[in-house]
This record gives sequence, C-alpha cells and structure tokens, in this order.
Amino acid sequence: MELQTTIYLVVGLSFALYIGIAIWARAGSTSDFYVAGGGVHPVTNGMATAADWMSAASFISMAGLISNMGYGGTVFLMGWTGGYVLLAMLLAPYLRKFGKFTVPQFIGDRFYSQGARTVAVICLLLASITYVIGQMTGVGVAFSRFLGVSADAGIYIGMAIVFVYAVFGGMKGITYTQIAQYLVLIFAYTIPAIFISLHLTGNPFPQLGLGGDLVGTNTPLLERLDTVVTELGFSEYTTTPAGSMLNTFFYTLSLMIGTAGLPHVIVRFFTVPKVSDARSSAGWALVFIAILYTTAPAVAAMAKLNIHRTVNTAVQAQGDLYAPEASIRAEDRPDWMHRWEVTGLLKFEDKNGDGRIQYYNDKTTNPEVQKRAEAAGWKGNELSVNADIIVLANPEIAMLPNWVIALVAAGGLAAALSTAAGLLLAISSAISHDLVKGVFMPDISEKGELMAGKIAMAGAIVLAGWLGLNPPGFAAGTVALAFGIAASSLFPAIMMGIFSKKMNKAGAVAGMLAGLFVTLFYVFAHKGILFIKGTDYLDLIGGANSFFGISPEGFGAVGAIVNFVVAYAVSKMSAEAPAEIQQMVESIRTPRGAGAAVGH
Amino acid sequence: MENGNKDAYWKATLGLLTKVLIIWFIVSYGAGILLAPALNNIHLGGYPLGFFFAQQGSIYVFIALIFWYAKKMGDIDREFDVHED
Repeated sequence: MELQTTIYLVVGLSFALYIGIAIWARAGSTSDFYVAGGGVHPVTNGMATAADWMSAASFISMAGLISNMGYGGTVFLMGWTGGYVLLAMLLAPYLRKFGKFTVPQFIGDRFYSQGARTVAVICLLLASITYVIGQMTGVGVAFSRFLGVSADAGIYIGMAIVFVYAVFGGMKGITYTQIAQYLVLIFAYTIPAIFISLHLTGNPFPQLGLGGDLVGTNTPLLERLDTVVTELGFSEYTTTPAGSMLNTFFYTLSLMIGTAGLPHVIVRFFTVPKVSDARSSAGWALVFIAILYTTAPAVAAMAKLNIHRTVNTAVQAQGDLYAPEASIRAEDRPDWMHRWEVTGLLKFEDKNGDGRIQYYNDKTTNPEVQKRAEAAGWKGNELSVNADIIVLANPEIAMLPNWVIALVAAGGLAAALSTAAGLLLAISSAISHDLVKGVFMPDISEKGELMAGKIAMAGAIVLAGWLGLNPPGFAAGTVALAFGIAASSLFPAIMMGIFSKKMNKAGAVAGMLAGLFVTLFYVFAHKGILFIKGTDYLDLIGGANSFFGISPEGFGAVGAIVNFVVAYAVSKMSAEAPAEIQQMVESIRTPRGAGAAVGH
Repeated sequence: MENGNKDAYWKATLGLLTKVLIIWFIVSYGAGILLAPALNNIHLGGYPLGFFFAQQGSIYVFIALIFWYAKKMGDIDREFDVHED
C-alpha cells in the first residue's frame, strides 16, 4: 500500500477509536465532568496521567534535544520524571483527601481567601494556556508533515476531535481516550527504537543497547559516539553539561517542582477512589512515562551515531574520518535524506564542491580539528539536521515498513491531543468551578454548572485553536513560562498549605505573588515583556544568565525559594491561621474518611 | 485519633518522607549531576556511571521510591489506625 494511504488509514482508525470512546463515556454530572466520577482505577489513572503528561514536545522534540545536547539533555529526563516523586509524597494524597475538584479551590479554602483562589486561577490560566498553544501547533505540524494538509487545516481537525470528547465527556471522556492515546503513542515510540537498537547493538531493548557494544565489535556504542563526535569537533556526548553544573542543578530542580505543580497533572489524582490509590497511581504514572523516557536517550544517541554513519563510512569502519573517500558522495545519499530535504528540516549544501557530504562542527575551537579539516580541504559543515527529525525520520532511517511510519504520525497526534485535552479541562474547570461557581454565581445549580463547564470547555478549545493558528511570541517560551509559574507560585503554596498548619492567608498570597514576580521578571528580562520582541531588558539585570549563570528555564526553582522565604516571613508577622483551618489541615493529613470529591 | 497519636503519625510520615527525599536527591542531584564527572570514570557495561544515573538509573530509582513510599505509608496508616476501609 502507498505510504500516504497507510498513514490516512492508521490516523483515521485512531481518530475513530477516540470518538467511539467519547460516545461511550459521556459526562452526566459535575463529578463526571471534573473528576470522572472519582472511580478511576489507580493503574488506569497512571496510564491516563502518562498520556496527559507526555506532550508533543516529549514525543517529537525531546529525543532530538537530547541528541544535540548529549549529557546536557539530562535536565529534561530527570526534571520531567523526578517531579512525580514530589507529587506522590508531598501533594497528591493530601489533595485527594481534601476531596474537591480543582487546585485553586484547595488554595482558596486552605487560605480562607477568595483573593488567594483568584491568584491561583490566574497562575493556572497563564501556565496552562502557554502550554496548550504548543500542543495545538504540534497537531498542526504533525498533520502537515504526514497527511499533506496545511498546518491550519490540521489545527481545525484537531480542535474538532478534542471538541467531541472533551465537551461531551469532560474528565470522564478525556480519561478513557487518554488510555487509548497512551497505547498508540507508546507503540509508535518504542517500535522504531527497538529496531534501531537491534540494528546497531543486536539488543532488542534500547535501554540495554545504549549501554551495549556495537554489533560485531567490542567497542561500546557510547564510547564510539564520543570518539566520533569529538574527532569531528563536536563536544563530547556523555559529559557536556547544559551550561554550568549549577545551571544543570537548578534547571532540573525547576522542571521537577514545576511538574509537581502543574494543575492539569495534579487534578488527575482527584479521580482515584482512595488516598492510598493516589500514592500508588503516581508510581504507575511514572512507570508508563519511564517506558518512553528511558527509551528517548537511546533513540537520541543511536540516531546521532546513525546519521554520522550514514554520511561518513569511516564511522562504521573505524577508519580515518577525514579520509577523502570516507565522506559519502552526494548522489549516493539515501532516499530518506531527499524526502526530508523537501521539508527543509534537513539541509545539504556542497560548500567545497567535491560532490561529497562533510558533516562536522566548523565552529569548533579545537585547533587539531581545525587543522585536520583544513588539510582535508573541508570548507565548512555541509549538513544541517533539525532536532525534530530524530524521532520523525527514525523509522525511515532504520528502513522500517510503511505502517510503522504511519504509526509514528498517529503517535505524535495522540501525544499532542491527549495533553491538549488535559490542559483544556484544567482551564475550563478553573473558569466554571473557581470563577463562575466560586466567585460570581455561588448558587448555580449542578446542572447549570455542568453546562457552564461545557461552554467554558468549548470556549477554551476555540481560544487554544486561535492561539495555535496565530501563535504569540510566548509560545516558544513554554518551558520557561509554564514550568516557571507552576514551580514558583503553585507548588510552594500547595505544599505549605499541607505541611505548615500555621501558614496563613497573608503569607501564602505574598509568597505566591513574590515567587511569580521574580520569576516573570527574570524570564521577561531574557525574552521580552510578555515575550514581545525588543522589550527584553538584559542590561538592567547585568546581562544574560546574570544570576549565578542560571538560565531563565532554571529560574523557577529560585522563584520557589523566594516564595517559601517571603511566605514564612510574612506569616510570622501576621496572625496565624484560624483554629478551624488548622483542624482542616489535620484532617487532610490522615487518609481515613476520604469520600469521593465533591463540589462544595 | 488522640492528639499524641496524631503527632506520632505525622512524625512517622515526615520521617519516611525525609528518607525518600534523601535517596531521591542522592541519585539525581548527587550521582546524576554533582558527582557525575567523578563517576564517569567507572563503567557499567558501556555506560559511564555518571551518565547512566543521569539518563537511566535515576528514573528507575524514582519509580522504586514511589512504590516503596506507597507501601510504607500503607503500613504506617495501619499502625496508627487511620487507614481507609
């Protein structure tokens, strides 16, 4: 069958499955809509959380980023998994015992303040909306690369699909579609990885292959990769950090705290029946996430070696990389390179006119590499490879059948749609439950609130689609902004709400605002106020990464520390939390008596 | 639950939490970042050890930690008679 037909068939089947699930799982009550009725099995919830969590960025871009950054890519691997340990121990079980529908509701009740609740709603909306734009553009990209329709048409189709199951099914519809989406995306990710690992190392498990020897040699794959890339002037794969060691530390910490504080992830733990389920469910979520996250570094390193091997025969033969005949002739380059050159993600330019492809780092400061390249008559790097290719072209590089390529297309879409749906639910429930019912119309009936939830969901989908079609500058700052906000404002507020009985309204609000302010101040200094070009003010803070070399993406952890310190200081200067609030904290600390989540 | 018992339960919870956080910190920030350059001199198969902890090992330990925590918390819940059902 033609590749294009196969892709239409596989993607079409996956969409039919999601819509079928949507028809089966409609939401009849606010409890269905917000927390899937509270009866989701912990393993099931773990799988849905994994799909919720793993976005277009995890699926399409992460392996490519690691491939470029080598050891530095660790910040994503540890940062986006280690947060689940914090979530499982510090937040999820206690919020489950609290037994309400949303994160701002906890902050509002615990700090007996509509003001605190409103600050939390604003933080939630800022973080979730930034995040959802990336998903919508991801849907557009996947459609345009694989299905031959424009990115805009892709976004409309994506909106229509999410509309069907998120508006009618709420959390219930989303949960069961996410399970299907998880299965699609994990098969799509691991199957090409297994083949590439078998091909290079003879080991079917990519996690073991990454630590194994290359087929037919006694040379470990990573050692060979290190040798090849350093000889070609790139930095050593297994050791080069992301900036300084301190930056790696803070970057990882920010992503961990941010992960634990992201509302669309937290609310998934409101759907399980018991407190003990919330604890184990976080473990299951991490198991399902780890299947992809431990495969990604293998894909990254193997694809990198594969690309070097494709264009330079001395990589495989372990000969002289600079020998004239080692670089392959341009006309001999494989079909997949031609195909991706059309998309512009792969570029080849014969700078020295020798009809061969030289792929090396021409900006290296290593004098020996410069000397060897010059002696070989190399006049600059001739190949540029976009990071996204690492996953998207993987099946073609490994020469896998068409249905695997089609599966990768369906997997990328599943990753983007499942995360978008989870975010849209967090956005719409903040509006219908925290603003409409919580602030403006406290007497609204359950039926009225369910309708408000559905309307808010529909509105959120339209907004997300519109932002996807007209991405504002801040879409590119997702990591700095969404994780920075979650880490610096929401996580500390929730944690202090549980672990400090005396923490009061004034302390929590001051802490959230201070954490949010310093983080936004630092991020905007680098990327512009609200990410508008030309409004950055690096001079004011003394240059890029001026705070101990920490990049804006790593600043969320600093914001969190500011939040804790300010909250503690302010709470010491004001009256401690009232007795009934302290009693409430005592009660959420013990599991017994956790009923299903209720709205009031 | 009486007040004294309540405090003991919370103390046990915090004790377990501290233990988990120490291990969490040692494998990720310790072995994966701060000590990674030194650990890279040791090899685990084809993996330099620091690189292994950073990109594989820490994730496996995180999973084990959550399930261990969930199990131990279940034990503490029953010991202080605050478990569900």
